[in-house]
Amino acid sequence: MRAIFPIVDSQRPVIKHQPFSVPVGQLLLQAQSLSCIRQDRVLFEQLSLQVHAGELLQVAGKNGAGKSSLLRLLAGLAAPDEGLLLYCQKPLADIATDYAANLCYIGHHSGIHEQLTALENLAFWRAAAGLPQADDFALLATLGLAGLEDIPCRMLSAGQQRRVSLARLWFSRSQLWILDEPFTALDQSAIAMLQQFFLQHLTCGGAIILTTHQPLSMVYDGLNTVELAYRW
Amino acid sequence: MVTLGPFLKRELRLLARQKADWLNPVLFFVIVLSLFPLGVGPEPNLLRIIAPGVIWIAALLSVLLAAERLFKDDYRNGVVEQLVASRQPLLAFVLAKLLANWLSTGLPLVLLSPLVALLLNVDMASFTAMVLTLLLGTPLLSLLSVLGAALTVSADKGGILLALLILPLYIPLLIFASAAMEAAGMALPYHGQLAVMLAMLLFALALVPVAVTSALKINVS
Repeated sequence: MRAIFPIVDSQRPVIKHQPFSVPVGQLLLQAQSLSCIRQDRVLFEQLSLQVHAGELLQVAGKNGAGKSSLLRLLAGLAAPDEGLLLYCQKPLADIATDYAANLCYIGHHSGIHEQLTALENLAFWRAAAGLPQADDFALLATLGLAGLEDIPCRMLSAGQQRRVSLARLWFSRSQLWILDEPFTALDQSAIAMLQQFFLQHLTCGGAIILTTHQPLSMVYDGLNTVELAYRW
Repeated sequence: MVTLGPFLKRELRLLARQKADWLNPVLFFVIVLSLFPLGVGPEPNLLRIIAPGVIWIAALLSVLLAAERLFKDDYRNGVVEQLVASRQPLLAFVLAKLLANWLSTGLPLVLLSPLVALLLNVDMASFTAMVLTLLLGTPLLSLLSVLGAALTVSADKGGILLALLILPLYIPLLIFASAAMEAAGMALPYHGQLAVMLAMLLFALALVPVAVTSALKINVS
């Protein structure tokens, strides 16, 4: 399991118990001339992109430009209308299980059940990731949720729920994170902390694909942007 | 390594917090059956004749009542979508849902059977048959209703669609279960009916979990 560092220690080198399967700089995910059609509207076509290990790809674009649809294609939730997705140079359809095991997708919806407490939600996601149960009090405290571990998530604010949802990343062992609007409802300090944490993941050889309308403040070599144009 | 335990714990915890979800169908079952003696009159022989059919129809409807909301919350809050994306845990999630659904809607019906037998003047031989058919039949009801719930999870008003989809599948079970109880009432052997019900249960047990995972995948894509 990856060690949990508070914000102040984020510059410390992260000791990892198991390295990611794809080494830094190698091609992780590749999309070749993707097309996506929703309700007779072409969201994008002939879209090609590459994500290497250690890179962050920001998908930008106006509302309705197809950012979430692209992320869902990349997460393997829907099949592209045209084009090919390759993971480690192999077609995604052939190695879907391997890909899914190395992927952490947090979509537009939080994945948090409102009747369950933060601890219970995290316990569920630990189990879903195949990890042993552990004490998440320290993790929730790092995320500024100390004292709120034991109340149902419906009592939490939108930003606090988003923090609970993102807490999953802290114990995720997946190399590729696909995050749809991770900064929604978060305050400035949480956004800064999350970006620090992204930086850690990237320097360890992880890769991130995310959508956001906020400019990223992090300084890092491997930041790429794809801009989707809104099409009629 | 994904294990079933934590998933089942979560489902049971949710059931403990949302008691109306499973208490209402169970109460519905009891209320319907207690209305029958009032409606058709307290004639013991008449009640004994209609008991098999009435008990099983009430059981079918009560399980159907519990089915609609089964995946709704987890679909709306994105849990289903994210589990589909990570593939591996989806089957454990489905199995936990199935087991929790039977524990909360099927098992109470079995436990309530002595009360029901009293209400409808069921004799001892039929009562044994009733408990056996409920034990074999309610897991099958749960399996089919979970399948229906998974297929209709993305439909806004899925309730009627779910009933149209699932009720026809309940018919063989209804026929064999009430036939077993009738045979028991006439002191005839009913192993044949039980064997057919067991066969249907095993068949559904083998196929339904896979069908449910596919239905969920289709609904998020």
